[in-house]
Amino acid sequence: MIETEALRFSYPGSSEVLRGIDLAINDGQFVAIMGENGAGKTTLVKTFNGLLMPTAGRVKVDGVDTHDSSVARLSRDVGLVFQNPDHQLFSETVREELAFSLRNFGYEEDTIERRVGTILETLDLTRYTESSPFVLSGGERKRVALAAVLVWNPKHIILDEPTIGQDYQQKDRLRNFIIQLNAQGKTVIIITHDVEFVAECKPRIILLSKGQVIGDRPAEDLLTDGELLDKASLTRPQIGALMHQLRDLGLPEHAIDVYSAEQAILQALRRKK
Amino acid sequence: MKGYMAQPRYGAQLENDSCLGPLHPLGTARGYKDLSIIQANHLTFTYTGASKPSVEDVSTTVSPGEFVVLTGPSGCGKTTICRCLNGLIPNFYSGDFAGELIVDGMNVKEHTTAELAAHVGMVFQNPENQLFSLSVERDVAFGPENLGLQREETRKRVDWALDVTGITHLKDKPPYELSGGQQQRAAIAAVLAMQPKVMILDEPTSFLDPKSALEILEVISDLNKKLKITIILVEHRLDIVSQHANRVIVMDNGKVVLDGTPRDVYGEQARLIGIGLPRVTTLFNLLQRDGLGLTQTPTTVDEAAGVLRKMLSR
Repeated sequence: MIETEALRFSYPGSSEVLRGIDLAINDGQFVAIMGENGAGKTTLVKTFNGLLMPTAGRVKVDGVDTHDSSVARLSRDVGLVFQNPDHQLFSETVREELAFSLRNFGYEEDTIERRVGTILETLDLTRYTESSPFVLSGGERKRVALAAVLVWNPKHIILDEPTIGQDYQQKDRLRNFIIQLNAQGKTVIIITHDVEFVAECKPRIILLSKGQVIGDRPAEDLLTDGELLDKASLTRPQIGALMHQLRDLGLPEHAIDVYSAEQAILQALRRKK
Repeated sequence: MKGYMAQPRYGAQLENDSCLGPLHPLGTARGYKDLSIIQANHLTFTYTGASKPSVEDVSTTVSPGEFVVLTGPSGCGKTTICRCLNGLIPNFYSGDFAGELIVDGMNVKEHTTAELAAHVGMVFQNPENQLFSLSVERDVAFGPENLGLQREETRKRVDWALDVTGITHLKDKPPYELSGGQQQRAAIAAVLAMQPKVMILDEPTSFLDPKSALEILEVISDLNKKLKITIILVEHRLDIVSQHANRVIVMDNGKVVLDGTPRDVYGEQARLIGIGLPRVTTLFNLLQRDGLGLTQTPTTVDEAAGVLRKMLSR
């Protein structure tokens, strides 16, 4: 469980980025943190693995105050995948990139080999095992960065903008993968602007604006609240926008993905007959 | 106004106070509109060390003033095509270049990237990688200054580019103090000040929050509609770009596999390749499968709302 209490943070010499945040994210939850550019999303998750320490208030991971732990300790439990993979990748080959942390954690070589193989397979990267991460496309490098964190099996996984540069099939794969991680009891926290992805995954959404939580509701609820979306520079997902336009015909605004919209339209047509 | 093509490119004087002058005649100058602005003949490129071509036998033409969305699965060759268009290939990336690519009358093989930069502007995903000066104005002036333009001409172009992108009020700010959307506007202004006839934008909104993304797409659409700049927009998210595009080119495995209007392209084949069709198009495909006997396949929310409203209020 990740908890924050009256969490405040400012970078030295600049104004406050996080302005009093109270949150509790339970084990196994799937959460999307959304909000405008500069709302404080990345800063917030950096306090979860101890990269940043609160200037006031506190953060607890599995009951332990991050002040009383270390980044080394915390990062084993809280895996953070950065938005820009180039801030994270450094090895000669994809295999080495993944094996690095496992060696540091003291795993046996054959365990490392097995784990690296499984993760690369899951993320559709096997053919790049011996490639340099730097010759891969942007989308592929992002998947390598994700693999490099997943490989040590952290309990809580944070993905900063995982869908940027990913094509449709990769997003689909990512969605299934998140569901799978959730099913294993892992907490998955994504930071994203991708309203379409969120409309299809339907996580709990924590909406940040100017360093404060302005909404904390299920996706169907929050992505249909025009006023709140506007405040955080978000837009309705495409199907949500369509249903919103047709709400006077009795179509439900909460149908924000294609399948629920399909059912709603069929129902409305049946009602008419 | 004199024909644009007749003027010496770099010394071109603006003929009236509006800096819009020199860009307007693109589609109207005598004889010009019949020419293609981009012409690829059997273009093939294989990176050094790669086992197969990243772009294979691509032949197509783009007319001045088109708004083309270039899409396809990761690794399909989109980025390689963009690198060819602004001369990074074959000038910077080594490999085997075959066939021919002509952009604005220039064979990319025979011109440097610097020469091409005044004709083909490139905007990237992350504006942070493109801005480097201490003020927005300096960043926007960098290109024209490096073309060797007169001070006065540079001044005019900078003011104009800032105005068109709506960031005149931010000209003295350092780029790192701007929001993501403002930074991307600054990056577009910096390219615009070179007065290119073609702009290539590689997922220019993917780092932006949705509202800023829509605003940037409006800016790009304006450059196309009002200034007739030819737009090549690389994008996976067809939901947000379809309303602006008059043409969609789909690549797969280095080849062009579909090419037409959004409505023509967004069919079964595109779905099978793994293109993320706009959600409203997918919804209509599902309803079609349910036997609703729809005759139209909308590609935008407004279109879809129109069709459904008719159906439900009949």
